[in-house]
Amino acid sequence: MSDVIRRRLVPYLLMGPGLVWLILFFIVPLFFMARLSLNSGTVTTGFQFTWEWSNFTSSWSRFDAQFLRAFVYAIAATAIALVIAYPLAYAIAFRGGKWKNALLLAVVAPFFTTYLIRTIAWTTILSDDSIIVDVLKFVGILPEDGRLLATSAAVIAGLVYNFMPFMVLPIYASLERIDVRLIEAARDLYASGREAFIRVTLPLSMPGVVAGTLLTFIPAAGDYVNAFFLGSINQAMIGNRIQSLYLMELDYPTAAALSFTLMAAILLLVFIYIRFAGAEALMGEEAER
Amino acid sequence: MIRDAWSWLRRNAIVIYAALAIAYTLIPLVLIAVFSFNDPSGKFNYTWEGFTLDHWKNAFGIPDLTNALLTSIELAVLSTLISTLLGTLLAMALVRYEFFGRRTANFLIVIPMATPEVVIGAALLSMFLIYGIELGFQTLLIAHVMFQISFVVVVVRSRLIGFDRSLEEAARDLGANSFQTFRLVTLPLLMPGILGAALLSLALSVDDFVISQFNAGPTVTFPLWIWGAAQRGIPVEVYCLATILFLVTAAAMAFTVWQQRRAEKMASMLPEEEAAEGGLGRQPLPPAPGAVGG
Repeated sequence: MSDVIRRRLVPYLLMGPGLVWLILFFIVPLFFMARLSLNSGTVTTGFQFTWEWSNFTSSWSRFDAQFLRAFVYAIAATAIALVIAYPLAYAIAFRGGKWKNALLLAVVAPFFTTYLIRTIAWTTILSDDSIIVDVLKFVGILPEDGRLLATSAAVIAGLVYNFMPFMVLPIYASLERIDVRLIEAARDLYASGREAFIRVTLPLSMPGVVAGTLLTFIPAAGDYVNAFFLGSINQAMIGNRIQSLYLMELDYPTAAALSFTLMAAILLLVFIYIRFAGAEALMGEEAER
Repeated sequence: MIRDAWSWLRRNAIVIYAALAIAYTLIPLVLIAVFSFNDPSGKFNYTWEGFTLDHWKNAFGIPDLTNALLTSIELAVLSTLISTLLGTLLAMALVRYEFFGRRTANFLIVIPMATPEVVIGAALLSMFLIYGIELGFQTLLIAHVMFQISFVVVVVRSRLIGFDRSLEEAARDLGANSFQTFRLVTLPLLMPGILGAALLSLALSVDDFVISQFNAGPTVTFPLWIWGAAQRGIPVEVYCLATILFLVTAAAMAFTVWQQRRAEKMASMLPEEEAAEGGLGRQPLPPAPGAVGG
């Protein structure tokens, strides 16, 4: 074997096993899920592949409320997470000093605890006799007989909490690599602090904002753990339906149709979002050069 | 006087805001630790009823729970060994070589991280169902390696991009063959990145719930046991184990951060370079990121 051919082969040999694993256990299963979504029959009569397109239309009309809820909750959670995360990332990047690493560790600290336990801890925090509920009742935001647990607010709060580190980290990374001299130059040219932020810092951090919002939105839209622990049946998201159809009701075709739709809807939204936000993010990258 | 206070407040508003945000991220964690000392009279550990050490003494005293934790650890170690090896090789290929299909390979690595877990879990289950493959430890292993690979690639790749290749050339010049160069120069310098990736994989695996729930069959991992127990009340011992896991992970993370800093000093590498390409693909990670929830 000649040296040139050998060198050409090396990268394929190196990545072969890993890529094969990803193809076999991620890409191929997606095809099987698509196939399953077009099956007819029940678990007792057996399933048959019959191009049963009605699985899609019927599941859409059956679960439109859960779809809508999943997307509304995920968008709300992403927006709130952004409002909390951006100033936090900004403070760590520009005011963190020697505490930067410790603060970043604190940001990812929730990940060191089991996801379910974290969520269950929120049931304690939001439970009917918690301080938060008392305070909200005292201030009058919550009526006397009101509660937080088993409301949309609780589910969204859980989503915000569980996925916020995904928002902080990319924003921090993009703020961190801004050349401070650019901001100083803006100030030298008589930009106010606010102007310098809006015209220099914010555009330069857009790639981080785009990445962060995606990394928060995507897992939030498919989540079912928060709605399970912090909500009631009235807060069920599409993830909850997929989970119970697959694992309890064993209605595989409907479940597969739902999860396929979820994936397609997310991809579509992400695509639109990137087209819409991407231009700005790109300009941010260009201004950097 | 009031003016001074006001201007101080204005200057430091963002720091105060950040402090509150950090408190918000830490409060549930503190609560978990505190409630591991709780002495609830009923089955539900939701309200504070008194201090006790009983549950800490009995932390490993619930056989099913301890077994579930051991299953989780076994699964995490095995899947991490496989995914770290496969992912490191993949990252080497992607950073070191120009080849046909590189963009597709990059895309394949990013896309699982941009897919909701419920879809990944459901797709795998669909395949296992159609083939009639029995669910259990081996299907969990397949699933865990699958979702770990992408994260390993991201972490190791960022390390490789900041890699000073002149060190390898120096080794070559001094007469080392390619295997020796790899073993004596490349691998040791890459080690902090590989360790960080392995640690991330371990944490991801121990914490994984959604994908596991779809593909576990009768096998019970730590998070799956908690889910099962949630209906009838989660015993305080779970809070003890969660606190232990938290401390172990935090210590390991702090250790890798320290290790990485030391390695950077030794090799004077430029880790900042790694973040030079934001976006989803090169998702810039902190010095040593923790596990990813859900």
